[in-house]
Amino acid sequence: MENLVQEAIQNVNLHAVMPSLILSVAGMALLLVAVFSPRGKTAHIAWLSIASLIVAGIVTIMGWNDTQYGFAGSVQLDNFAAFFSMICIIAAGLAILMSDEYLKRENFPVGEYYPLILITTAGAMWMVSGTDLITIFLGLEVLSVSLYILAGFFRDQVRCNEAGLKYFFLGAFSTGFLLYGMALLYGVSGTTKVYDIAAYIQANPDTTTNVMFVAGGLLMLTGFFFKIAAAPFHMWTPDVYQGAPTPITAFMSAGPKAAAFAALIRVTFICLEGMQDHLTTVFWVLAVLTMTVGNLIALNQKDLKRMLAYSSIAHAGYAMVGLVAWNEIGSAGILFYMLVYTFMNMGAFAILILIGRSGEENLTLDGVTGLGYKKPMLGIAFSIFLFALMGLPPTAGFTGKFYIFAGAINSGYIWLAVLGVLNSAVSLYYYLRIMIFMYFKEPQEDYAWVKIYPATAVSIVISVIGVLYLGIVPGSIMQLARMAGF
Amino acid sequence: MITVTHYLMLSAILFAIGTLGVLTRKNAIVVFMCIEVMLNAVNLTFIALSRHVGNLDGQIFVFFVMTVAAAEAAVGLALLIAFYRNKETLDVDDFNMLKW
Repeated sequence: MENLVQEAIQNVNLHAVMPSLILSVAGMALLLVAVFSPRGKTAHIAWLSIASLIVAGIVTIMGWNDTQYGFAGSVQLDNFAAFFSMICIIAAGLAILMSDEYLKRENFPVGEYYPLILITTAGAMWMVSGTDLITIFLGLEVLSVSLYILAGFFRDQVRCNEAGLKYFFLGAFSTGFLLYGMALLYGVSGTTKVYDIAAYIQANPDTTTNVMFVAGGLLMLTGFFFKIAAAPFHMWTPDVYQGAPTPITAFMSAGPKAAAFAALIRVTFICLEGMQDHLTTVFWVLAVLTMTVGNLIALNQKDLKRMLAYSSIAHAGYAMVGLVAWNEIGSAGILFYMLVYTFMNMGAFAILILIGRSGEENLTLDGVTGLGYKKPMLGIAFSIFLFALMGLPPTAGFTGKFYIFAGAINSGYIWLAVLGVLNSAVSLYYYLRIMIFMYFKEPQEDYAWVKIYPATAVSIVISVIGVLYLGIVPGSIMQLARMAGF
Repeated sequence: MITVTHYLMLSAILFAIGTLGVLTRKNAIVVFMCIEVMLNAVNLTFIALSRHVGNLDGQIFVFFVMTVAAAEAAVGLALLIAFYRNKETLDVDDFNMLKW
């Protein structure tokens, strides 16, 4: 008995969960701070949250190349997890920077907003470092449940309520599929540990034709496809992205999506490796469907947040091309692309925050008419992000797509790369249309309400630097992504 | 003799009932209950399979699922109350502010 206890204590290894531990403790402490703060004062909570994110980031970086195993093999903090954790930390930091003034403008400065973002990030980290189906599920749920609250955060706005509810219903529905899949995988292999399932399949190769195993794998993947918003499981995305508070939309499209990709990569590349031949077909079809559906529907959108939501579906499609490739360049490409996407998409949403009036009714194409002349700096920054989203050099959007498509070509999927490039060409239309409204139409307003909030401006500057740096000298970060990839 | 197959069939039927309910029912609370039926079908699968493969991992998983389902219920009902205060309806057809 004593030996068992000793062994259990040795197996814990808190180093493996240190970054997420810092964030969850900071999140809970800040919830208490929020209770004792005067109503309407939230700036100090925002700065403390940023400080805890920086500490977690430093701890994550110090753990680079030093894989930690914890909780009897349920958690594995390797380079892969560290890279995705950094993406989530950056996304959370940018979201917090653009939040404080936004919450004041929308007349809802409530302190528990920031702790919820920290706890979401902690959940994302469990998810990316989980090597046990239980850990992955738990991380996913910590992340999702906090995001349900954040998506419906403005409780007196019907749009926001609706976004939260839709996200909640579809998220919980998809969790059902994910769990049923996990249950069937457990039933076949007799274990919930990702590496043990892989070992079981290695020992019994005929498992991959077992109906229960195949059904379990596909059900679990369906759950993940909901989370990364791959077509045809994308229906919730536009509604939720449009209705949620803008900083949360930005955060959702970057951090949690990256975490879902991480768990998807880990589970498919390790657990379901035996089903590779069939799964690449599934990914192939879904990647093409996702990017085509996203881009085609985005063509017809007038609301900018909704347009960016469809564009984020299309970008999930591009990232899935890296899954189809199923090689080292492809998986490193996904890591790199998610980092790039964090900068370019969150930058674009930060601009929308500055342009928007209270209630954000004016965030349509007509709402940016002539913006480029009246607010030249904003116009230039927005153009940089749009060029990056199109995938034009010298921005990071180009290098990101380049690595992903290079991975696909390396595995012999030349047609897929061609379809991806054609899709990027389609997407030029709706991104360029925003720029035409900004630069080639006479201004009808003087944009007097647009104030350059300092913290939001900092997040835009960071995003611009990120987009240009990763676009012009991608080598060093790509090197890190290759060290982290599978 | 009741075998693991019977339990798996029962849970598959429950899961299907839950899924159909989510897709067809109009009242948001009923939809939510259908999601709970799906999760409990999963719990039944886990417990039956745990007995079948002969280790406790599945039963431990069930504890986590129940805890998470409780947390989800708290958040989901709070969101429903906020929505009801503003619109005085819980019909899913009235979730229609955001579309196309």
